[in-house]
Amino acid sequence: MASLTAHALRKSYGGREVIAGIDLELRPGECFGLLGPNGAGKTTTLRLCLGLTEPDSGTISVFGMPVPRAAREARAHVGVVPQIDNLDPDFTARENLLVYGRYFGMSDARIAERVPALLEFAGLANRADDNIKALSGGMKRRLTLARALINDPALIFLDEPTTGLDPQARHLIWERLRQLLGQGKTIFLTTHFMDEAERLCHRLAIMDHGRVIASGSPRELIGAHIEPQVVEVFGDGAEAWANAHGASLSERCEKTGDTTFCYARDVGPLLQDLEARPELRYLHRPANLEDVFLRLTGRDLRDC
Amino acid sequence: MNSVTKYFALPRFSWRFIQVWRRNAMVWRKLAIPSMLGNLADPMLYMLGFGYGLGRMMPDVFGTSYIAFLAAGMVCSSTMMSASFEAMYSGFSRMHVQRTWDAIMNAPVTLDDVLIGEAVWAASKSLLSGIAVLVVATALGLAQSWLALWALPVMFITGIAFGSLGLVMTALSPSYDFFMYYFTLFITPMMLLCGVFFPVDQLPQALQHAAALLPLTHAVALVRPLMNDTVPPGVATHVGVLLLYAVGGFYGALALARRRLLT
Repeated sequence: MASLTAHALRKSYGGREVIAGIDLELRPGECFGLLGPNGAGKTTTLRLCLGLTEPDSGTISVFGMPVPRAAREARAHVGVVPQIDNLDPDFTARENLLVYGRYFGMSDARIAERVPALLEFAGLANRADDNIKALSGGMKRRLTLARALINDPALIFLDEPTTGLDPQARHLIWERLRQLLGQGKTIFLTTHFMDEAERLCHRLAIMDHGRVIASGSPRELIGAHIEPQVVEVFGDGAEAWANAHGASLSERCEKTGDTTFCYARDVGPLLQDLEARPELRYLHRPANLEDVFLRLTGRDLRDC
Repeated sequence: MNSVTKYFALPRFSWRFIQVWRRNAMVWRKLAIPSMLGNLADPMLYMLGFGYGLGRMMPDVFGTSYIAFLAAGMVCSSTMMSASFEAMYSGFSRMHVQRTWDAIMNAPVTLDDVLIGEAVWAASKSLLSGIAVLVVATALGLAQSWLALWALPVMFITGIAFGSLGLVMTALSPSYDFFMYYFTLFITPMMLLCGVFFPVDQLPQALQHAAALLPLTHAVALVRPLMNDTVPPGVATHVGVLLLYAVGGFYGALALARRRLLT
């Protein structure tokens, strides 16, 4: 049985359709990523799946339980790491876990049994009795993850889990998430970091304007939507060069700010041409998910 | 229209609301002593200042000293204040600033549970404030009746009523500043019109009618006789009005909170 299925979801706010017909299926034990620019509807999708808001139409089921009708029962088997930290600032790390476990109807004794391992997992064993205010952003994130595990959930929702963290802290979170996948947990992740999605997710759906515009494994998406090689060209003459030469030497050229992205299967002639132009700087790399993402969602700034 | 009926759907509570109450109690316990002293300071200053200062120039009111008359008013106003502050300032922190409610609702606890937990918590805290004033009044010899113990359930219902009305404001509020309007337009008039400092029947007729519609009037009308060893007349009406505010206020707060948080 699928961990989560959503079928033909729709949701509008004030006449604006935020979710415009979405189908999702999460298989047990996989990491599924929902990608999209700001305002694409990622967080709304998560809220719908948790039963925190009702869809205008469509059906959702979590472990076979209909949501939102049986959302309370469904949430008993789910852990959530929200986008904005909402740890209890009045409590210590340990107290945060204790109080949260009570919301799941767990006895204090059972929570106390689980807490040491969870603090260990979060790398906070020696900060158990520190106030939340004394913890760094990365520590808080890890504690939030530990809190989401208090009920030993089979499915974990993470809404942009590494936004605002430094690289070390991000790598630590990723390592922990892989550990959870190793334990057989199912993960539903939203992110706008493509490297995060590429590292963690078995399958992805790219969302924009309330729709899923592409889905598949990271490799499949790159294979299906983008040429395998990219050359980024920067500098004053980059645009003129692209118009005169780049466009004809590559399969596709796109411009963002002062950088020109040239996509091709064979970039040999392109690189040869660039070698002869010392005034232009360039970077040759394999195509990644970010290229797919930008291709599908456009290069305009999203500020909503 | 459909969404309006959705917001006003009958509440469905679970016993998990107790865990919401416990969470708030656990925070309070860390600061219990300063919190209690803080809650006691205001009513004490009124009682001692007005009671002794003004009371010395006044005849007895209803056969008791003015300070004893005022003590009953202070028990009620302190209950009102404590419940209102808790539901608004602290409630808003938990709902909006700290997003504690969001965290709770990601667990198998619903907004209905959160709201009833908050209302009962505000009432519990206001009950403590009322009791503190009652204890001091008793120590000063201003309440000498076992009947005064009946003031406890009255305080609790009063606390639910003001806690719920406070939660209405919290569910509507864009920021802390918003609560000033409520205090200026609702709480302060009640302090002055509902029989806390002087009997309501001293007011012009029109204001008496207005006072009769306000919840604090009915709390005072119950607590004052109880502290003075008398069974209050019209118990059913007074309790009825308080219950009406409690249930109506809570229902309104729930509908508004659903509109704000569950859309």
